[in-house]
Amino acid sequence: METKAEVVKSANPDMAELRINMGPQHPATHGVFRMVLGLDGERIISVEPHIGYLHRGSEKLSEGENFQQITTLFDRLDYVSNFNNEWVYVRVVEKAMEIELPERAEYIRVILAELNRIASHFLFYGTYGLDTGAMNPSMVGFRERERIQEVFEAVSGARMMHNYFRVGGVKEDLPDGFVPAVGNLLDHLKRGYDDARDTLTESEIFIERTADIGKLSAEETLDYGVTGPILRAAGVDYDIRKADPYSIYPELDFQIPLGSHGDCYDRYMVRMLEIEQSIRIVEQAISRLPDGPIQSKVPRIMRPPEGDFYVHGENPRGDLGVYLVSKGGTVRPYRLKIRGPSFSNLMALSSMLENVYLADATVILGSLDIVLGEVDR
Amino acid sequence: MALEPNQPIMPENQRKSGLVIPDEAKNVWSDIKDQRKSGISGVVTLKSEELFAMARKSSLWPLTFGLACCAIEMISTYMPKHDFDRFGVVTWPSPRQSDVMIVAGTVVKKMAEPIKLLYEQMAAPKWVIAMGSCATCGGPYVRSYSVVMGVDQIIPVDVYVPGCPPRPEALLGGVMELQDLIQNEPKKKRGL
Amino acid sequence: MSSEDFDKHIAVEFFDSVKRVIQGIPCDLGNSRDELEIKLDRKYLLKIAGLLKDDSSTDMKYLRSLSIVDWIEDMEAVYHLSSVNHSNRIVIKIRVPMDELLLDSVIPVWRGADWHEREANDLFGVRFRGHPNMAPLILYDGFEGFPGRKSYELAEQDTFYGD
Repeated sequence: METKAEVVKSANPDMAELRINMGPQHPATHGVFRMVLGLDGERIISVEPHIGYLHRGSEKLSEGENFQQITTLFDRLDYVSNFNNEWVYVRVVEKAMEIELPERAEYIRVILAELNRIASHFLFYGTYGLDTGAMNPSMVGFRERERIQEVFEAVSGARMMHNYFRVGGVKEDLPDGFVPAVGNLLDHLKRGYDDARDTLTESEIFIERTADIGKLSAEETLDYGVTGPILRAAGVDYDIRKADPYSIYPELDFQIPLGSHGDCYDRYMVRMLEIEQSIRIVEQAISRLPDGPIQSKVPRIMRPPEGDFYVHGENPRGDLGVYLVSKGGTVRPYRLKIRGPSFSNLMALSSMLENVYLADATVILGSLDIVLGEVDR
Repeated sequence: MALEPNQPIMPENQRKSGLVIPDEAKNVWSDIKDQRKSGISGVVTLKSEELFAMARKSSLWPLTFGLACCAIEMISTYMPKHDFDRFGVVTWPSPRQSDVMIVAGTVVKKMAEPIKLLYEQMAAPKWVIAMGSCATCGGPYVRSYSVVMGVDQIIPVDVYVPGCPPRPEALLGGVMELQDLIQNEPKKKRGL
Repeated sequence: MSSEDFDKHIAVEFFDSVKRVIQGIPCDLGNSRDELEIKLDRKYLLKIAGLLKDDSSTDMKYLRSLSIVDWIEDMEAVYHLSSVNHSNRIVIKIRVPMDELLLDSVIPVWRGADWHEREANDLFGVRFRGHPNMAPLILYDGFEGFPGRKSYELAEQDTFYGD
């Protein structure tokens, strides 16, 4: 493994390409991601991404676990938006076993998943501010995340790895005082969002660093399989909650923010506007939260029928897909394939970093908002 | 308390000692009774090793080394709600200038070599905190084909912080444990 | 969860347009719940992929995922396709014999298949003809064996001492 800078003499005698390693340990690579960059002065000529520094074998491990136990592995995939991952997994088992859910369970799931989306976007806001050189956004972003994590702790017992969604519903009912607590939380979040938006959105330095950087056209984005806010920033109107709706999303009223330029600033704006829309969704869901059971009747030992099933959901980072192959009557899956959104999003990096200054590399990588847990699985 | 003109700054009964000690602080300063008798104020005497240990533990700079999910809780600990900075802990990106390495997250075999390299690049004295159950013993991935069962297979570890992920308060407790360890190191060397 | 997910019938028009687009290529059309399934031989893969992507009535511009399933006697490559303009989906399933794990790379059709194919090669040992750079992606250099296969057993006690 090369760790020292190498001067590589190229075929052209006037040009020497400097090869440097933006190694697995780096404060700006958002995790253990390594890029070998070939530079000519300050311009990047070639990029070679290396992943796999967090490959834990979740897919193979899930072949040895019961269906109830696999939820914990899914929590740890995209470790910033845990409820969304769990949701896609329990939906695939529910699709296989044809289980209908009670309404209260659906509403609880939507509320928690959307709060998690807000928390994830606030983390993006915080770390993206750090990438572009601002330190205050990280404090604001994490302050709002802490508020949301308090509510999560009251509901599921843990700040992060919840293991709360179950096949057929959720694990236990909401604590007393949940609805006023969430109402209070939303007030704080609205103020925090205004704070956050005022700090970075119109800052000249931020705009200089992100506008017109890392442009990708809509065609290219879709060709690479990129989904989520990056696709919407390029102008393609594809959000699974509207295009292929699931759960109670058809009954809720919200909009999908779209960008037009496909650059880093648009991706940032799409995520900020999504926070606003998610707050709207949570308000509607809280006001309509019905009473009733939280779990439908599910056999204690689950044995899905034979067949293969694919379910996808809109994660904060894109389209998380789970493909379950079941041989019928077994307590463990035969094959469980996880399609992580950040895996495909990261493929578009090499084409975005052509002929770009080195200082812009961190900004572009930050705008992709990858989480290495789902890149490597 | 405002001073009147011509009021002495130091009360009469304490002038002999040369040191103004508020009542609440008396047991804190009881170690330096000798200084009070001799009239010298504001001086602490310790053996030099204990002094250096006190300096080292009050300014631990960890390497920014978040691997996986525990990194998010580690970042939350740096942020204003749980505030690591009041312990003197400031995250630092370069291994050459950091004191402690908080291994937060799963150690994968592909990452084992970089971890070893980073540990060797750190200058002594250096310590390692294994945060989370993946770094302690492999965690939920204990039968995986590509995970190292605990970072202590590769580098020596001083403090283990259990949890999946450990709460920020647990990590603070781990750092306090490390501070106790550093403070007691000179006494341990003398066999006490 | 609405019952639409459970037994949605494929829209008849979509079924007909797919049949028209891929006419001439020998394959089996069916449906698995709410997705149109196409089973075919591996030599027609690139051709059918190109046809499904370029035709405007099917418009399969988005390759969702490429999975490999190990059925012990042979392996199956499953391509999930979808479109951003309508919500109909297609699944292409191809069986590959164990003694010759070779497929055509679909990178000329969808550039996003690049890393999916490298991962399939790492974990299962399936090779792709025409792939520009088949280096190991998620496993470390020098890893022996193919961990995705059923024949790879997980060790009870891991022995790795940090060389």
